Amino acid sequence: MAKRHILATSTAAAMVLVLGACSGGSNGGGDGDGDGPSGTITVLTNRTDIVDTVLQDYVTEFQQTYPDVDVEFEAVTDYEGDVSIRLNSGDYGDVLLIPNTVDADQLSTFFEPLGSVDELGDKYRFIHDKAYDGQVYGLATFGTAMGYVLNKPVWEEAGITEPPATPEEFLDALEAIKETSPDTVPYYTNYADGWPLTQWQSNQGSIDGPEAVNLRTEQDAPWTEGEEQYAIDSLLYDVVEAGLSEPDPTTTNWEESKNLVGTGQVASMVLGSWAVTQMQDAAEAAGNPREDIGFWPMPWQTDGAFHTTVGADYKIAISKHSENKEAAEAWLYWFLDESGFAASQGGLAPQVDGESPEILADFETFGVEEVEIAPAPEGEENLLADIYNTAEIDLNGDQFRRQYIDVARGAADGDKASFFADLNDRWATARAEVVG
Amino acid sequence: MAAVTGPAGALGATRPARLRGRRRPAPGGGATKGGWRVTPWLFLLVPVGMLLLFTYVPVANMVWYSFTSWDGLDPVKEPVGWKNYVEIFTRPEIFRVFLVSLYYLVGAAVQLVLALYFATILSFSTRFRNWFKGIIFFPYLINGVAIGLVFLYFFRPGGTLDAFLAAFGFTGPPLWLGDPSLVNVSLAATSVWRYMGLNFVLFLGAIQSIPNELYEAADLDGANAWQKFRFIIAPGIRQIIGLSVILAVSGALSVFEMPFIMTGGANGSETFVIQTVNTAFTFSKVGLASAMAVVLLIIVLFISWVQRRIVPDERGDLV
Repeated sequence: MAKRHILATSTAAAMVLVLGACSGGSNGGGDGDGDGPSGTITVLTNRTDIVDTVLQDYVTEFQQTYPDVDVEFEAVTDYEGDVSIRLNSGDYGDVLLIPNTVDADQLSTFFEPLGSVDELGDKYRFIHDKAYDGQVYGLATFGTAMGYVLNKPVWEEAGITEPPATPEEFLDALEAIKETSPDTVPYYTNYADGWPLTQWQSNQGSIDGPEAVNLRTEQDAPWTEGEEQYAIDSLLYDVVEAGLSEPDPTTTNWEESKNLVGTGQVASMVLGSWAVTQMQDAAEAAGNPREDIGFWPMPWQTDGAFHTTVGADYKIAISKHSENKEAAEAWLYWFLDESGFAASQGGLAPQVDGESPEILADFETFGVEEVEIAPAPEGEENLLADIYNTAEIDLNGDQFRRQYIDVARGAADGDKASFFADLNDRWATARAEVVG
Repeated sequence: MAAVTGPAGALGATRPARLRGRRRPAPGGGATKGGWRVTPWLFLLVPVGMLLLFTYVPVANMVWYSFTSWDGLDPVKEPVGWKNYVEIFTRPEIFRVFLVSLYYLVGAAVQLVLALYFATILSFSTRFRNWFKGIIFFPYLINGVAIGLVFLYFFRPGGTLDAFLAAFGFTGPPLWLGDPSLVNVSLAATSVWRYMGLNFVLFLGAIQSIPNELYEAADLDGANAWQKFRFIIAPGIRQIIGLSVILAVSGALSVFEMPFIMTGGANGSETFVIQTVNTAFTFSKVGLASAMAVVLLIIVLFISWVQRRIVPDERGDLV
C-alpha cells in the first residue's frame, strides 16, 4: 500500500505541476438562468500600462449594461511571443488579441468566427486582415495612419513648414536641420529596440495604393528602382548613409526617444499616428507645448497627392475554446462600440462612420488621402508570409533593416546595390519555390 | 538487517517461514523484501519524474520536431525526413555565426585564468578577503536583463566608459557596440564580468578543500607562492578545472543572453542560439530550428567527449 500511495502522491504532484500551467483560464459557467450573458471571462491584453486603471474603469461601465458578467484581465508583457506559444495549449482566455504569427488559414483553428465579411463590412473597417474564406475572426481595436512624427519647431527653424513631397526633398530637409541645429539628430532609427524599424513596412500602399501587397507578391525583384518596396527601404538607407541618423544606432532606447523628440533633440521618426499622443505627453512633461509635435505623411506623392496607409492595430477575437462565448461576445462588441478606447488612444475609430482623431489635422490641411490595403485574393492569403519566411527576409520585422543600416553606416560589407540585389535574389528564389 | 534487504538473504533457505508466508498474499505491496528494494527508487521518483518531464521529454520532442516542417502553430506536424539537417549543412551562413563564438571562447579562457588567479590569492590570508570575495561573486547574482541594460548605458557614446576614459585624457573613444570589429569584444567582456564569479567560487571551494598540512610542509621545504600553486593547488583542483573548461566551451558555443538583450544579435553579434531563436520565432521554422538545436547539442557532447579523452578523469593524487 505504501508504495502505491507514494506513487499516487508523486504522480499527483507531477500532474499539479503540469496542469498548474494550464489552469486559471475561463471558469465561466455558461448561460446561467437569467436572461443575457453571465459568468466570468478572461481577457488577454498587451496593455500592461493601463490594465489596472483604464481597463478596470471600462469593466465598471460595462457592468452597468451586463451586471452578471465579470471580466478578469491578464496583461502579457511579451504579448506576441507568449500568446503565440499558449495558443497550442488551448488555454488563452476568452477574449484576446490575435497574435501576428497566426496565418490566415489557421484562424479557424483558434478563434470563433464573428460573422461574414459582407455582414460586418457594413459596420466595421479593417475586417479583411483577419478574415479567411469570407469569415471574419478578429475586429480592429483601433486604426492607425502611417507617416512620421516630427518636432515642428526644429523643422521650422530649418525653414521647412510643409511636408517634403519627394525623397530628395526629405533628405534635403534633414540636411537643413543638421545645419541649423547641429545638436539635433535629424532622424532617429531606434535600431536597438528593433520594432520601430518595422513601422517602415507599414507604409506599404502609400505609393502603389491598396493593391501594393498583391502587386509585390507578383514581383520577382521588389527592391528595384521604381518599385514601392525599393522606395521605402532606399529612403531609410539613404538617410543613414548620409549620416543623418544617430551616431551609434546600437545603443538607442525607445522610451528615451520619446523625450528626445519631445525636447527637439531628435527631429523625426517614422511611426504610426498612435505614437503622437505619447510624444506629446513627453513634450508636455519637458515643459513644451503639445503642439510642438506634428505628424506628416511620407515624402512621396501619387497623382499629385500625399497618401497615408491606414491599418489596424491588434484585432480582438474570441477563443474557440471559450466556455462562455456569449459573455465574451458581449464584452467584445461593448469594447469596440461603447468604450471609447480608440479615441482615447488617438486612433482611427474601427467603425466605418467613425471620426478621425484630432492629431491628424495636418493630414486634412495637406489633403492626404487614406489607403487601406486590399485583402489578398482567395487562396493566396498565405502567399506573402510563405515567401518571406522561405526567403528569410523578415519584411514585417527588423532584421534585414538592421542589416542594411549596418551596411549604410559602413559597419558591414557591401553597398546598397549589392544588398538589394541579394534581397531580390532570395525573394525570387523563394517565390519560385512557393508558387511552384 | 543486511540479510533482510540483500537479495541473497532474501532467497536463503534460513528465512523464517512466517515471513515467507506473509509475503505471498500481498504480492508487490507492503513492507516485504520487494518493497524494501524499491524504497530508494520511491525517493527518486519525484526528482527523476521531474527530470524526465522537464528535460528528456522536451528534448525528445525537439528531436521529433527536427524531422518535421512544423511552423510552431499548426496542429499538423508534417514529417520531412532529413531535409532540415541537409539544409543546415548546405547553407554556409548557418555555420558562419560560430565564428562569433571564438570571441567568447577567448573570453572564457581569460575568465578562467582570472578566476583561478583571484581564487588562489584570496584563499590565503589577504586583507579584506571576504569583502573581495563578495565583490567578485556579486555580478553572478544579478539578473541578466539588468546587466544588459546597465552595460548598454556603460558602452553608449558619452556613457560611463567614455566618461571614465575621458577622465584619463583619452578622447575620441570608438563606438563600443556600434563598431562591428569591437562589438563582440565588448559583449564577451561583459560576459566575463558576469560569469567569472561562478568559476571563482568553484575554484575557491576546491582550493579550500586542500588540507592545510600540505602548505605547512611546503613552507618548511621553502616553497614560494608560485611553487605552491604549481605543485599543490593546480593538481589538487584539476577536476574542477576540467569541469570549468567544459562548461566554458559549451557556454561559448551557446551564448545567448548577453548579446540577445544588448544588441538582439544585430551588427554582427549574432550567435548560433540567437539564429536558432530567430529561425523558430521570426521565420516560423520550428522544424529547422529544432534541427539546429540538435546539431548544437551534438557538437557540445562531442567537445565534452574529446575533452574527457585528452584530460582523463583521474582521482586527485595528493593525499
